[in-house]
Amino acid sequence: APGDIIAAGTGYMRGHGTYVEDEKLVASVAGVVERVNKLVYVKALKTRYNGEVGDIVVGRITERLCWKAKLLLQIYSFEQVHFFLSMNLPGGELRRRSAEDELAMRDYLQEGDLISAEVQSVFSDGAVSLHTRSLKYGKLGQGVLVQVSPSLVKRQKTHFHDLPCGASVILGNNGFIWIYPTPEQKDEEAGGFTTNLEPVPLSDREVISRLRNCIVALVTQKLMLFDTSILYCYEASLPHQIKDILKPEVMEEIVLETRQRLLDLEG
Amino acid sequence: MASVVLSEAEKLYIVHGVQEDLRVDGRGCEDYRCAEVETDVVSNTSGSARVKLGHTDILVGVKAEMGAPKLEKPDEGYLEFFVDCSANATPEFEGRGGEELGTEIANTLYRAFSSESCIDLKSLCINPREHCWVLYVDVLLLECGGNLFDAISLAVKAALFNTRIPKVRVLEVEEGSKEIELSDDPYDCIRLNVDEVPCIVTLSKIGYRHVVDATLQEEACSLASLLISVTSKGALTCMKKVGKGSLDPESIFEMMETGKRVGKSLHTSLQKILDEEESLGTTRQKVGFLG
Repeated sequence: APGDIIAAGTGYMRGHGTYVEDEKLVASVAGVVERVNKLVYVKALKTRYNGEVGDIVVGRITERLCWKAKLLLQIYSFEQVHFFLSMNLPGGELRRRSAEDELAMRDYLQEGDLISAEVQSVFSDGAVSLHTRSLKYGKLGQGVLVQVSPSLVKRQKTHFHDLPCGASVILGNNGFIWIYPTPEQKDEEAGGFTTNLEPVPLSDREVISRLRNCIVALVTQKLMLFDTSILYCYEASLPHQIKDILKPEVMEEIVLETRQRLLDLEG
Repeated sequence: MASVVLSEAEKLYIVHGVQEDLRVDGRGCEDYRCAEVETDVVSNTSGSARVKLGHTDILVGVKAEMGAPKLEKPDEGYLEFFVDCSANATPEFEGRGGEELGTEIANTLYRAFSSESCIDLKSLCINPREHCWVLYVDVLLLECGGNLFDAISLAVKAALFNTRIPKVRVLEVEEGSKEIELSDDPYDCIRLNVDEVPCIVTLSKIGYRHVVDATLQEEACSLASLLISVTSKGALTCMKKVGKGSLDPESIFEMMETGKRVGKSLHTSLQKILDEEESLGTTRQKVGFLG
């Protein structure tokens, strides 16, 4: 917690989230102490999202600015970031911004739509440039969005996961998690152009709701989110009814079991 | 009310799920979210309660003050409701944004409590035509996560249950004037009988079915909702329709039946929690705001 003494004495390099008081290293944010050789820093539990190049983000369009194909994207709750879009348009061609593209984009993306994209570059004022240049990015169809703190999403090689339990998950680095039914054909990826508007079957819905509750349980107990932790939590929750997962006692039990399995995996 | 923006595909997913009785968080159409109720959280009120229903957080404080009874009801006390939508709840409530919603909720509460059998107002009378107890019920919205009316009515009922009004004695002094003496013992007080206090159940129409306790996302998919105020015995005290959409008379009837059923079970579970809390007495560990 802020104010806790991390280490006394010299010999450490201090990093983010710490300050020196009376020759002691004190934490300035609430979080976990991490150490890399001689560098000591505190990783905060709740952070605002700072975009980094190569991150995958899931965001909601909140407003469209009519010129220059600039769209305001809600990347983290209540924080809006400009982004410039280079998109795949129907036809599969890759084109940068031209006048025709702007018109096409205006019809394709509407306010409230969710998209997945990759961060291309970050500007100094906080604006990020996103691109959806491969077919796996783009507009998202039917599914469920869960908003969590960005610091709980573990950085991995890939953030698109097709879980064996029957649904797929996109873990956005900005804390927006998208759960959706696994598309049947391989070319109909999450970023498809025509949104699949058919009703999702009940069996898939049950998997998605269960996953959603498991993610909420993991986040409440402050466990990191990555494909293995979500999968273990899902398996641990199977004996319970989906709606019971959100009860405090059940949540604790499931997450404890997940934690145990993860520790066994490491050890 | 506060609302979220959803994509068309998300709304479609929610609507289809409701038709199949499986909502996004696994609940059925008639299930409530996990609610936390705690009473006696504010020390300088006569009674208080805090209710957390999912992301919705409500705080209610009841203050009993002496005042003059209303002219048309000289031997009864009365209740005054005031609802404050704090800017903490959502950014939409900044400044005076929350006033309209606040007055709407307050008016609904007045209507729900307008029935004579809700609270024994005669017990609030001290001196007919001269003095009576006025209960000022203040509702504070701390966080808005969908289904405000239900959470508020639960909190109001819990706060009234928790209210302790000091006993007073009327003394006859010379010259015919009366003096009121407040009892010295802080534990000597009268409690209110909240058995007939109604709870509001909001039924939101989504597609062809209706759901109870809608989240913010579900509210965004619903065009019309019915608010009914139900007592523990299943009697309706008031009914109100909100929303831009229209409701079929048949669906209104179905929603009323569901509301009565759900309302009764809501009352029993609330009463159970309140009795449990009461039985723990002063040894109860208060969680309050820091828990």
